[in-house]
Amino acid sequence: MRKSDSLKGIRKVFNRDDPQMPIIIVLLIIVAVLSIILAIGLGPVSIAPGTVAQIIGSRIPFIENDILPTWTNVEENIVWGLRFPRVLLGMIVGASLSMTGVAMQALVRNHLADPFILGVSSGAAATATLGMLFGVFSFLGVYSLSISAFLGAAITIILVYTISRVRGRINITQLLLSGVALSMIMDAITRIITLSAPNALGLHNVTFWLSGSLAGTKWGYLTLPFVVIIICMVILLVNHRALNALLMGDETAGTLGFNVGRLQKILVLVSSLMAGTTIAVSGTIGFIGLMVPHFTRLLIGSDHKRVLPVCALIGGILVVWVDVAARLVIAPEELPLGILTAIFGGPIFIWLLKRNTGK
Amino acid sequence: MKLQVENLSFAYDHKPILEDISLNVTKGEFIGLIGPNGSGKSTILKNLYRALKPDSGEVKLDGRNLFRLSHKQAATQIGVVSQEDVLPFDFKVEEIVAMGRSPYKKIFDGDSQKDKEIVRNALACLGMEDMAKREFLHLSGGEKQRVLIARVIAQETDFLILDEPTNHLDIGYQLQIFDFVKHLNATVLTAIHDLNIAALYCDRIYVLKNGRIFKTGTPEEVLTPEIISDVYGIEADVRTHPITNKITITFLPHSINYN
Repeated sequence: MRKSDSLKGIRKVFNRDDPQMPIIIVLLIIVAVLSIILAIGLGPVSIAPGTVAQIIGSRIPFIENDILPTWTNVEENIVWGLRFPRVLLGMIVGASLSMTGVAMQALVRNHLADPFILGVSSGAAATATLGMLFGVFSFLGVYSLSISAFLGAAITIILVYTISRVRGRINITQLLLSGVALSMIMDAITRIITLSAPNALGLHNVTFWLSGSLAGTKWGYLTLPFVVIIICMVILLVNHRALNALLMGDETAGTLGFNVGRLQKILVLVSSLMAGTTIAVSGTIGFIGLMVPHFTRLLIGSDHKRVLPVCALIGGILVVWVDVAARLVIAPEELPLGILTAIFGGPIFIWLLKRNTGK
Repeated sequence: MKLQVENLSFAYDHKPILEDISLNVTKGEFIGLIGPNGSGKSTILKNLYRALKPDSGEVKLDGRNLFRLSHKQAATQIGVVSQEDVLPFDFKVEEIVAMGRSPYKKIFDGDSQKDKEIVRNALACLGMEDMAKREFLHLSGGEKQRVLIARVIAQETDFLILDEPTNHLDIGYQLQIFDFVKHLNATVLTAIHDLNIAALYCDRIYVLKNGRIFKTGTPEEVLTPEIISDVYGIEADVRTHPITNKITITFLPHSINYN
């Protein structure tokens, strides 16, 4: 009896007709915070969630003096120096990839769009490797890596979009095939660059770009992707009506008063910015941008005003937990994160593809 | 004069699609565009709702150059139901209708009480109040088309451009949709596939052939056996129907013997 009551409660909050957005957002934020604390504690050396919370609390202004240190220096180093930035980066990367997925799906009007599937990640990785090994973009300073990844992402999105646009419409076959072809070309470029690399560092890095990982995250990695997702979230939310209208078709969006040409440029820019800055710090992590928006829409419908914040939170939580799995599965060794997301994301992609063509 | 089109020409890949099109629509008129497949009906309409840009010619809406208007301004004056692309994600009926309010929204505006009222009224207009929460993709073809009509009603424009709004619908829905549109008392320019439907609803008709306007006038003037034969290459018998007092056309295919 009680079980069916709680089920009804859940139905009432998560339904596509009239989802209770404030409750959903608060719930997801709570889950996100709990996930962060739990995930920090988990790894080859595990630390109790209470200790994790205390260590973090001791760094927060105003309450820092109320918390007495009961933990060891090693624990503090693991929590603050290693895992906290890593877990936070996981949140950011997950949110960023999910939002990139949403933006690209609106751009090409198809739910199969994802930065990994359409070769955008590979494009970003190729130019990032180029920048890293030869210093091609070193004149851009500290952000040279992110900016070079952004350029690669932008070039690939524009290429895929142009190739798959036939008579003003996106052709789904051309879209997926051009994505596959471009990601192969870009991966090949990445390999050529790393094999002809002037130093041995290259060999290590190519595996990072091709399989994705959050290992070795430093605090400094967080700033740029964080700033970028906040800005892009605002831009996308401000344009949520336009994004909804765009799903009705380019022409219809135009007749509803939107400047479609400008909107498409914004979407290309926003997607490449998020994909580029994310991939620069995490390598290519596939299928997050495909799966998360899809399940978000199943939960709360397609209105972008709701989809964007919810999918950012769900994406962040998902990547944090997949990263925990990556640390634990073959501990003390680590699995690359991108390999894990591919193992369960791949089948979901195939399922979506079958369902799509069945219609 | 609501809409005035003068000497409009449009080419696709250097192949002329429309040549020297001139037409006008007076306030309150119901104007039909007819013509065989590929004669340029949709292309004219796309040029008028700015999905395509004409190579030459002038389009004036209420005396103002249509192409000088901003996207938003145009959207508050012209409502369009085009031949739709397939919707990739499902929306609720009321969400689709609410999209008609977009041109009135500033960047940070939410949906106001007034918007919700307008959306409700638009749905009520089409007898769809109880379908507001239904999923669009699960509706039948006729219901989908009614939702799109509700969307242009919510857009509150007094000029409507419709591109074969009853394409693929069975006859019951065809009449229902045109009845709804007729009741709106708006100025309407619509492409119509079915000549009998055009004869029933239109005040005036433009007949297109090979991207040019072949003939224009009232249904009685335009839907004659000679013109139908010239444009469509078929024989037809045209009479005034005793009940409707409108033109009715019976097609006479070659394979059937007549007395």
